[in-house]
Amino acid sequence: MDMLLFGALPYVAFAIFVIGSIYRYQNGFKYSSLSSQLLETEKLFSASVAFHMGIIVIFLGHFIGFFFPSLFSSIGGTSLVILEIVGVMFGVLAIIGLVMLFIRRVTTDRIKVVTNRMDLVIEVLLILQFILGVVIAIEMKWGSSWYASNMVPYLHSIFAFNPDIAGMVAMPILVKLHVVGAFLIILLIPFSRLVHFLVAPFHYITRPYQVVRWNWNRKTIRDPKTSWDDIQRPKNN
Amino acid sequence: MDVRAQISMVFHLDKCLGCHTCTVACKNIWTDRKGAEYMWWNNVETKPGTGYPSKWEDQEIYKGGWERTKSGKIKLKGAGKMKGLLNIFHNPNLPVIDDYYEPFTYKYLDLIESPQQEMQPVARPISLITGKPIDIKMGPNWDDDLSGTPDFARKDPNLANLTPAEQESMFQLEKMAFYYLPRICNHCLNPACVASCPSGAIYKRGEDGVVLIDQDVCRGWRMCITACPYKKAYYNWNSGKSEKCLLCYPRLESGQAPACMHSCVGRIRYLGALLYDADKIEEIASSPEGDLINNQMDIYLDPFDPEVIKAAAESGVPDSTIKAAQDSPIYKFVKEWKLALPLHAEFRTLPNLFYVPPLLPVMASVTQENDSDGSELNEMSKHWTDKWLYDTSIDEIFGTIEQTRFPIKYMANLFGAGDEALMVDKLKKLMAIRIYRRYKTVGDISQEKSDQALAEVNLTEEDAEGIYYLTSLAKFDERFVIPAAHREQSIEMMESTADVKGSTGFGFIEKPVRGM
Repeated sequence: MDMLLFGALPYVAFAIFVIGSIYRYQNGFKYSSLSSQLLETEKLFSASVAFHMGIIVIFLGHFIGFFFPSLFSSIGGTSLVILEIVGVMFGVLAIIGLVMLFIRRVTTDRIKVVTNRMDLVIEVLLILQFILGVVIAIEMKWGSSWYASNMVPYLHSIFAFNPDIAGMVAMPILVKLHVVGAFLIILLIPFSRLVHFLVAPFHYITRPYQVVRWNWNRKTIRDPKTSWDDIQRPKNN
Repeated sequence: MDVRAQISMVFHLDKCLGCHTCTVACKNIWTDRKGAEYMWWNNVETKPGTGYPSKWEDQEIYKGGWERTKSGKIKLKGAGKMKGLLNIFHNPNLPVIDDYYEPFTYKYLDLIESPQQEMQPVARPISLITGKPIDIKMGPNWDDDLSGTPDFARKDPNLANLTPAEQESMFQLEKMAFYYLPRICNHCLNPACVASCPSGAIYKRGEDGVVLIDQDVCRGWRMCITACPYKKAYYNWNSGKSEKCLLCYPRLESGQAPACMHSCVGRIRYLGALLYDADKIEEIASSPEGDLINNQMDIYLDPFDPEVIKAAAESGVPDSTIKAAQDSPIYKFVKEWKLALPLHAEFRTLPNLFYVPPLLPVMASVTQENDSDGSELNEMSKHWTDKWLYDTSIDEIFGTIEQTRFPIKYMANLFGAGDEALMVDKLKKLMAIRIYRRYKTVGDISQEKSDQALAEVNLTEEDAEGIYYLTSLAKFDERFVIPAAHREQSIEMMESTADVKGSTGFGFIEKPVRGM
């Protein structure tokens, strides 16, 4: 069972995540934030901002810990306490946001119209995942430290295609649930609205403001000297 | 000089009768779909009025368009790289569905399936979003013909800088007037929607300047809705993508006029190509407030100038497009006769839809016979009823322009970026044409007066005939001069057309379903 959950599930989850996301991308039409702000804006404000701020900070925390475990495991004393407090705060922020989003989704008539089952499933999963995370952080002190020393080696072993689940199996049930939850959420990304984080518009920062598209290269298309091999049909045709 | 062609439009407001045929033609072709019911890519507003979405012109509410910074550069008012990305989780300036209206239909089946009963059956309105019964509070043309009402006309954002006395004079029952303002996307040269799109989904087509949203790339960040000061980008709540007027480009590419223009009953719409210098866009969009319109006129090039023709050919503009630009009714209205003005140039998007401002009913006024004004009227004043005079007095040429029913300032707020002199110039031109035609057809105005009128506005007799012809007699092909798209020709040059049959026009056909 442990082998299944911690040895096989991560590979299934990541494979489905990667293949599913690429498959869903195809022409890009199926990727959208699916914003419902047009239908309801007031309740969305605090809910959406709280949730997104929370999840981004928490995600970055896990991410940095994964890549630079030494950074976290070497922290001690006051800075560790501050780090923990910040983590718990943003975790709670995300929970508040998620619960507000959930209530908005199931009570607002207009939002119900644009809600499907997967929206609710992923929202409940995220709420449970965040509650688990916050409980773990409070109950089992100095998580950022032992995450770096005990959990990251397990995660690294997965990505090294040599899963070492011994350390994982020894973990308490709460941590196990949190890890399985994470794999489940990753697995569900391509089937849910979560895909929109994959197309976060960072390229906007470096892009010039105005965008012009030509169906053909206007300088060469009418030039008889242009070789036919150089002319390609426009992609949007 | 980077010469490009722009399909641009002129709407002649004097001829608009407010029938909404354009609106319905557009609706039936493009937005009769789930999620798009509330969108009216073409709509007709009554001015003074609040419009659709409500008070769209008030950028203190919606933060659309560009604004000039102290350093003389321009930046997006409510979007852009900083604000756009910071507000991506919740856009504080986004209009919500209630600012447009909640789309509705009626339960018509209740009328048919009603059992026999004492009372007439009723078809209750139901929301097209939730499907539940609603009380209709607003519609896309809710202020139609309701000029003067406190809820609509008096909340017109263009009244903001008018004195209370000026406002009052507009709303006296005897002097009340209104006109219609049909609106579509302006397909701007400096589009704020394009600049605001975090995904880079919105683009201007190089060949003809049509601004489009790539549905494959749009991710529903909804910054374009805020950034477009004309509120002509719409969010489809069902597909999670934004949509906008596409100037019927599949029709344009096959040489047909856009549906709204084709169907226009009053024949107020004109469409044609303008050549412009793309290198100057940023500089001109950053002009000081007072120079905006005059500078925008300078960006459009003279298609008869040999140097422009040479530069256009070097920039890859096809000969047929240059020819179309020479025949363009838009060039005549905008550049040659300088009769048409852009709507709200102060938004700095350099819009390509120009309006010939309405002269009537702005000019005429009603006076009581025993008034001191009434006694001064000449014989050309017409008796309306026994007591009232419908005053079209032109004894003093242009004497009445300054006494318009609408304060010039109000008209200038809409079409002149606040410049009243510019507005007076256009109205005088329109008046001069009337005087000229009156001299020609009725003959009760002397040639001397007609010449004087034309001279005062720098128009020749030839110009006046041209304006008269294009305004009232022009045929379909003269009102719509559509340059060939040349896509088919380009394909023929290099591959068998049979291979690409069915692949031009819309290449992307996908059911607009929400992602999972």
